Amino acid sequence: MSMAPAEPGTRASTDPGLRARLVQISRQVPGPLIGLIVILVVFSFLSPYFLTTRNLLDIFSQISEIGIMAVGSALVIITGGIDLSVGAVLAVSLMLTAWLYRDFQIAFPIAMFAGLLLGALIGLLNGVLATYARIQPFVATLATMSACSGIALYITNGSPVTGFPDYFTALTALHIAGIPLQTIILVSVYLIAAFWLKFRPNGRALYALGGNEEVARLSGLNVQRIKVGVYVIAGFLAALAGMIVGSRLDSAQPTAGLSDLLSVIAVVVIGGASLAGGSGSMLGTFIGLLIIGVLQNGMSLIDVSPNLQPVVIGAAIILAVLTDRRAR
Amino acid sequence: MTPSSEAGLHCRGVGKRYGGTHALKSVDLDLPPGSVLALVGENGAGKSTLNSIIAGVVRPDDGEMTLDGVPYHPASPSEALHQGVALIHQEIRLLPELTVAENIFLGRLPVASGRIDRARMAREAGVVLDKLGVAVDPQRKVAGLSMAVQQGIEIAKAIIRRPRYVIFDEPTASLGGAEADRILEQVRALRDAGTGIIYVSHRLDEVMKIADRVICLRDGALVAGWERGHFTQQDIINAMVGREFTFEHRAPPPRGDRVVLQLDGVTRTGVFRDISFELARGEILGFAGLIGAGRTEVVRAIAGMDRFDQGEIKVDGKPVRYTSPSGAIEAGIFMVPEDRKGQGLNLGRTAAENITLPWEKRLTRNGMITRAVVAETGLRQKQRFDIRGRLDLPVSSMSGGNQQKVLLAKWLVEDPAVFIIDEPTRGVDVGAKMAIYEIIRTLAANGIAVIVVSSELEEVLGLCHRVLVMSKGNQRGILSREDATPARVMSLAVGA
Repeated sequence: MSMAPAEPGTRASTDPGLRARLVQISRQVPGPLIGLIVILVVFSFLSPYFLTTRNLLDIFSQISEIGIMAVGSALVIITGGIDLSVGAVLAVSLMLTAWLYRDFQIAFPIAMFAGLLLGALIGLLNGVLATYARIQPFVATLATMSACSGIALYITNGSPVTGFPDYFTALTALHIAGIPLQTIILVSVYLIAAFWLKFRPNGRALYALGGNEEVARLSGLNVQRIKVGVYVIAGFLAALAGMIVGSRLDSAQPTAGLSDLLSVIAVVVIGGASLAGGSGSMLGTFIGLLIIGVLQNGMSLIDVSPNLQPVVIGAAIILAVLTDRRAR
Repeated sequence: MTPSSEAGLHCRGVGKRYGGTHALKSVDLDLPPGSVLALVGENGAGKSTLNSIIAGVVRPDDGEMTLDGVPYHPASPSEALHQGVALIHQEIRLLPELTVAENIFLGRLPVASGRIDRARMAREAGVVLDKLGVAVDPQRKVAGLSMAVQQGIEIAKAIIRRPRYVIFDEPTASLGGAEADRILEQVRALRDAGTGIIYVSHRLDEVMKIADRVICLRDGALVAGWERGHFTQQDIINAMVGREFTFEHRAPPPRGDRVVLQLDGVTRTGVFRDISFELARGEILGFAGLIGAGRTEVVRAIAGMDRFDQGEIKVDGKPVRYTSPSGAIEAGIFMVPEDRKGQGLNLGRTAAENITLPWEKRLTRNGMITRAVVAETGLRQKQRFDIRGRLDLPVSSMSGGNQQKVLLAKWLVEDPAVFIIDEPTRGVDVGAKMAIYEIIRTLAANGIAVIVVSSELEEVLGLCHRVLVMSKGNQRGILSREDATPARVMSLAVGA
């Protein structure tokens, strides 16, 4: 790479800066975004229902749980870790809330708070195991995943809990300015996470940590505390996704969320994050989420066998990673 | 000149360039069978390059080699081994979960009727280990064996193929006295069996004991050679360092004598012992010593990167106790680590992002770090340190010298009380080197206390007010500018 001569004023340095910014933007966006646009165009030709407002809002509703979990997962993956427990945390948090409410007649807001707190605490456990106890995140969260799905089944002996308060189930039926509440929550979570990642020192530190943990540590960052914090966020967001599932279905299934794990990681990877850490963004993750959501919705509309759908998702993952690598 | 057609390993005019660096300049070498040739020289004198060429690890740019009268141009280590030349590395590279015999036969496990012939492997390994006097069961795993035994296994691994020439690269660097003697016996046993041996060591007492001939490299050139019985340790030391100093970078004498940093008996068990010194405002203290003497470990402890077990560190007279780099940074102690890629810079991120990384919490505006803040800070440091290259591209796109400047700039966004630089000019060109010396001098002139750790004697002697010399984890002495002659520093460093 050729070296630019020392640039005298600020003016000279803004031009390459702008260009570099464009290059950077064009580097981040194209792969996933172009893929999304192609998929949108293809499905709009294949199905007349696809491009209706109602269907598009449906897509957003269908992806809200996976989308919220994907935010936590993306943060963990940017630091170079992985959280396998998100789906199981969703289940156990929701079951705890339902169980406390039904079997102990605890006021629902308190039960819900307990469920969210449990999610954060499991995240704390994940973080402590992955940092202070020096267990590889894959192994640590595999263990908590196993434990959480067991507990989710155990507390009600495997039976689902139904009958939440009406105001709770009404939440996911609520529309504000025509947009469902869970979609607003989803988008808000992405915006807050994006702001944190871009502008707050601790959020920006995630990239430093994932890029080279030793450099980050020697630069005075409290690497372990930041990592633990990220797992806590992931656990909390999984529990929040659990509450949305409960409200939407008006029931708590002990096996809810278990099949979501692979979709969550797929979203993050299609969104351009590397499992090696140090890269990924909320914009990318959101586009990855839309790709998964649109693919699932569109394939159902045109009657692709549900058994074949995961094959297409698998192909999408490979395609996304290959094009992403070419762009770099 | 053509190499000799006689028996033995002969090199004539062997040279090697790495980019602009002339690592090895037309070196001649003769190693008859059944003799020990000791190779000495400072860090970076070209010993490793010469060894690597002979062992087929790198190819020379010029020169000829013959092996027992036959032209010898190995293209790879395995080709060298095939022709009878083995290199025993300084670091132990055994696989801990395999058995001793498996390690010795790795890559050529004997097979009988489709299965690994374990009995034969154990038997043959046992014979070689016995010959070397290494008492270990060939069938046990390597994990848990002492360093000395592992080094013995490394030697067994090399000689099981019956090489006629063996290069030992600092085989005793990590061993104690009795264990090192053991290695010397093994070397003698090989020599008596007719093997020609090149022996690299910083331990001059060993060299005195074992060498039939000693040659000394300096700055890539052969500067001296002696036959057994015709030299003293002092001769070797003089030859190793005996260069004219071509430049002086010394900062003005310290202004005032207010002590900023004080170490009192700082010890980390098994790594370094009883380090004590005072450092004043505006003073530059050099850390000299051979690789592995414990210099880096001491400064890492000062900078909170590693723990220490005993002793006390005081900053401005007050004892400090921090357990992380962030604690040291709070106390005003900033350190530039030696490993630029592994510890200093995040190569995939931009130069500006690297520069602001330690300071983001202090640089926020309305709680936010914006791209503008990062760019401004980067630009300010770029101008201050004359960094050439784009701040908004990954720092890996810059030259080594500019990367090093980025690393310095990163740690000088705020003024430290104590600035520690480990190997300030490793892998940078001469121009950047001079610029970095100038930066260090300016820091001292502004009252910052500086510690410079360097393996380049010239750098330490030219730049520092005082020089602390370490050897094998011990502080051997602190020399004032007047007393710090190359020979004195080297005498302390080799423990003579």
